[in-house]
Amino acid sequence: MSRSAIESSGASSHPRESGPLLRGQEITRRWGGLVAVNQVSLEIARGSVHAVIGTNGAGKSTLVNILSGELAPTSGRVELMGQDVTGWSQPRRARAGLGRSYQRNTIYPSFSVLENCRLAAQASTPKPWAWWQDADRCAQSIAAAHKAADRAGLALVLDREAGLLSHGQKRQLEIAMCLATAPQVLLLDEPLAGMGAEETERMLALLVELKAQHGILLIEHDMDAVFRVADCITVMVNGSVIASGAPDFVRQSPEVQVAYLGEQDLEQI
Amino acid sequence: MSLTTFLIQCLNSLQYGLLLFLVASGLTLIFGIMGVINLAHGSFYMIGAYMAFALSPIVAATLGGGFFSVLVAGVLLAILLGYVLEWIFYSYLYEREHLQQVLMTYGLILVFEELRSLLVGDDVHGVQAPEILSGTLPLGDLMTYPVYRIFISAVCMVLALGMYLVFTRTRLGMMIRAGSANREMVQSLGIDIQFLYRVVFAAGVALAAFAGMVAAPVSSVYPGMGGSVLIICFVVVVIGGIGSIRGALLAALLIGFVDTFGKVVLPQAAGVLVYVLMAVILLWKPDGLFKAG
Amino acid sequence: MKPRVIFVIASFVALALYPLVAAGFGIDLITKVMIFAIVALSLELLVGGTGLVCFGQAAFFGIGSYVAVLLSPQDGPASVAWLLPAAMLAAAGYAMAVGALSLRTRGVYFIMVTLAFAQMAYYVVHDTPLGGGTDGIYLMMKPVLGERIDLDRPIILYFFTLFALILVFGFLSLLQRSRFGRALAGIRVNEQRMRATGFETYPYKLAAFTISGAIAGLGGFLFAVKDGFVNPELMSWHFSGSVLIMVILGGIGHLRGALIGAFAFALLQELFQSEAIFGAFAKHWHLGLGLAIIASVAALPNGLVGLPGQIRDRLMGRSSRRAQIEGMRG
Repeated sequence: MSRSAIESSGASSHPRESGPLLRGQEITRRWGGLVAVNQVSLEIARGSVHAVIGTNGAGKSTLVNILSGELAPTSGRVELMGQDVTGWSQPRRARAGLGRSYQRNTIYPSFSVLENCRLAAQASTPKPWAWWQDADRCAQSIAAAHKAADRAGLALVLDREAGLLSHGQKRQLEIAMCLATAPQVLLLDEPLAGMGAEETERMLALLVELKAQHGILLIEHDMDAVFRVADCITVMVNGSVIASGAPDFVRQSPEVQVAYLGEQDLEQI
Repeated sequence: MSLTTFLIQCLNSLQYGLLLFLVASGLTLIFGIMGVINLAHGSFYMIGAYMAFALSPIVAATLGGGFFSVLVAGVLLAILLGYVLEWIFYSYLYEREHLQQVLMTYGLILVFEELRSLLVGDDVHGVQAPEILSGTLPLGDLMTYPVYRIFISAVCMVLALGMYLVFTRTRLGMMIRAGSANREMVQSLGIDIQFLYRVVFAAGVALAAFAGMVAAPVSSVYPGMGGSVLIICFVVVVIGGIGSIRGALLAALLIGFVDTFGKVVLPQAAGVLVYVLMAVILLWKPDGLFKAG
Repeated sequence: MKPRVIFVIASFVALALYPLVAAGFGIDLITKVMIFAIVALSLELLVGGTGLVCFGQAAFFGIGSYVAVLLSPQDGPASVAWLLPAAMLAAAGYAMAVGALSLRTRGVYFIMVTLAFAQMAYYVVHDTPLGGGTDGIYLMMKPVLGERIDLDRPIILYFFTLFALILVFGFLSLLQRSRFGRALAGIRVNEQRMRATGFETYPYKLAAFTISGAIAGLGGFLFAVKDGFVNPELMSWHFSGSVLIMVILGGIGHLRGALIGAFAFALLQELFQSEAIFGAFAKHWHLGLGLAIIASVAALPNGLVGLPGQIRDRLMGRSSRRAQIEGMRG
C-alpha cells in the first residue's frame, strides 16, 4: 500500500521500468443513460507528456477524476506502475505516487507558500498524524516543501501568503503542491488556465523540465501549448476517443479535423 | 395486536407521515432551490398552529366563519409572512455560508418564540375540530376512527398531488426545477429569479403553517412544538435526500410508521427509534435515499 | 511577545485575581462562564480548526454531566481522579459513535445529523428512567481530589475550573501547531486538496470529533459538580445553538475567540435578562438575544476578535477581502 512497496523495485533511478507509469484500460463511466466516458484507454510513460484534448463536455474531467481516484469507473481498469489501483481511494493512490493538480486553484490562501507545500508533503512523511510534533520542526516535510517550491520556480516567494500571489504564481503553487508528494505521475488539469503569454512560457518550460523525471497527463485547451509540449495526444469527443497518437498524426487525422480542429485556425499550429 | 388496532396504527402512521411530508417538503424545497438552510422552518409550523388557535375568535367575530375560514385566512397570512420575510431577511442569506445561515435563522427562532410569547402567551392550547369533521367512522365491530384524522390525510394527499402537478405540468414548476439545477442558467434566460425565490419561499412557509393549522386539533398547541418538528424534519430530509420531494415523501412516511408503531410496541424507546432509523440509513446510504431529486 | 499572547495571559491572570474582589454570586457566575468557555473551545476545534459545523455539542456536555452524577456513589464523595476521566471517556465514546456516522455526510447534512443525534441523547435521558426523566438527578456528594481539594467549596471549584480552562487552552494551542492540527486546518480550507496529496481525511476528522467530545464532557463534569444537579435541559439543542453562537461571536479560527465569545455571550444574556434595564420586558430576553445574534453574525464576519481589524480597515479604506484574509490568520 505504501509508496515504498511499489518503488522498492526502482529506488530513485527507476531502472526496472518496462511498462507505462499509468495505464487506463477501457475506462467507461455511465450516469444513468448518459455515457460520459466510453471505453477510453491510454498510457503514460516516464519522460513523456500525454495530452488529452477535446471540447467542453467531452469527458476529460471525468476521465481524470477516474484516474485520480475521485470517481469510480462503471467498468475498466486503472494501473499505477503495474499495480491494479482501480479500487484504491484517492489518498492511497496519491501516496503511491499519483499526483494531481486542479483546474481551479486548490491552494490554501491563508498559509504561506512554504506551508502550502509542507502540508502537501506531510502525508508522505512517516507518522503524518503525530499530534505531539510541532509542524514547523518537521524536517522531512519542510525539506520536501523547499524542493518542490524550488522546482516550481517559487523559491523567492516562500514566505508570502498564498492568497496574495499573482495568478500565474498560484498555478505554479498548484503544481508545487502536486510535486511535494514526490509523485511518479502527474495529472495536470488545465495548468495554463487564465494565464498570460509570459506566464504560459514559464509554465511550459516547467512542464518540459518536469517531464524528464515524471510521466505527465495534461488536459489543456491551449492548442499551441499542447502541440509544443506533448509527445502523445488523445482526442476525445462525447466521451469517446476519436484519435490518439503522435502530434503530427493527430493533426492530420481527418476525424479530428472534422470534429475538433476544424474549428481552430489550422494556420497557427 | 388485533387487526383493527393494526389498521388504526397504520392510519395514524399515514396521517403523521403525510403531515411531516408537508412541513419537510417546504424545508427541502427552500434548501434545494435557494441553498438556504432554514432553522426557523419549525417556527412556521408553530405559527400555523397558534394561528389556528388565535384566529378562530377573530374570524368568527368579523367574518362569521368557522374552521375552514380560519384555514383560508391563515394560509393567506402565511403567504404574506413568507413574502415579506424573504424580502427583508432571507434574501440576504443566499450568498452566505451555511454556518451563518444556521445562526441567523436560529436567532430568528428566538425572535419568533418571544413574539409569540408576547402576542399569545406561553400556555398550551387545544383547538377544536369543526363540527362536520368531528365524528368517527366505525372500524370492525369495536373500534372507531376519527373522521378528522382521515381529513388530514386526505388534505395532505391532495396537496402532495397538487405539488406534483405544479412541478411537472406548469411553467412555474419547470422554472423551479430548472432553478434548482442551475441558478445562473435560469437567470440568463431572463426569468426573474428574485420573484421565483420569493414565490418558492412563501409557498414553503404556507405549507408549514398549513400543516400546523390542520394538525392543531389532534396535537396540542405548545411553545416548544416548532423545535420538535424542525428536528424531525431534518431527519426526514437526511433520510430522503436533500432537494428531493420524492425522497421527503418516502422518508416522512417511513418515519411516520416507525414512530407510530414504535410508540405502541416499545413505548420507552419511542422517541429514540426515529434516530436509530436515521443512523441505520446513514450506514447504508450517506447521501439519503434519493439524492437531489 | 505578540499582542494576542499578552491578551490571553492577561485574561488568565485577571481570572485568577477575580476572587479577591468578587462575592459568592460572582464566583458562581464566572465559574459557569469558564465552563462555557471550555465547551466553546471544544467546538472551536471542530468549527474553526476542522471546518466541521457541529450542532450537537450539548450531547457531549450533557453526557459528561450525567455520567459524573450517575457514577458518584451515594454514601461518600468520589475521587476526581477516576470520575473525571470516566465522564470524559463517556462523552468521547458517544462523540466517536456519532462522528463515525455523521462524518459520512457533508455540508448541511452534517449539521442536521449532529443535531439529530444530540436530540437522540436528549430523549434517552428525558424519556427513560436512566436519566431520571424531566426531574433530573441530584449529585449527593461532590467529588474530591486527594485530601485537600474538595470541589464542594466554590472557591476551590473556581480555581479547579480555571486550571482546567488553562490546560484545555494550552492543549489546543499545541494541537494547532502540531502536524495533526495543520492537517485539520488543511481539511478545513480544502479537503479535496488534502486527499489529493495523500491524506485519508476521515480518521483525522473523527479524531478531532472525539477529542472535541471529550473536552465538552470535561465541561459537563464541571457543570454537574458546580450545580450539584443535572436535568435533560443540559442536552437541549438550544444549548448547542448557544455554544455555536459563542464560537462565532468570538471569532472563528482563533482559540481566544472561544474565550471572548463565551464571556460576551454570558454578558449579553445577563444584559437582556436584567430587569434594571428592561423592566418587565426582561422575561422576554430571548428576543433581544435573537436580534443580537442576527446582528452580530451579519455585521461581524470575523467575530469580536476581528473587530479591531475591521475598524482599522474601515478607517483606512482597505478592501474587505484583505480584511478577511487577515482575519483568517492564526
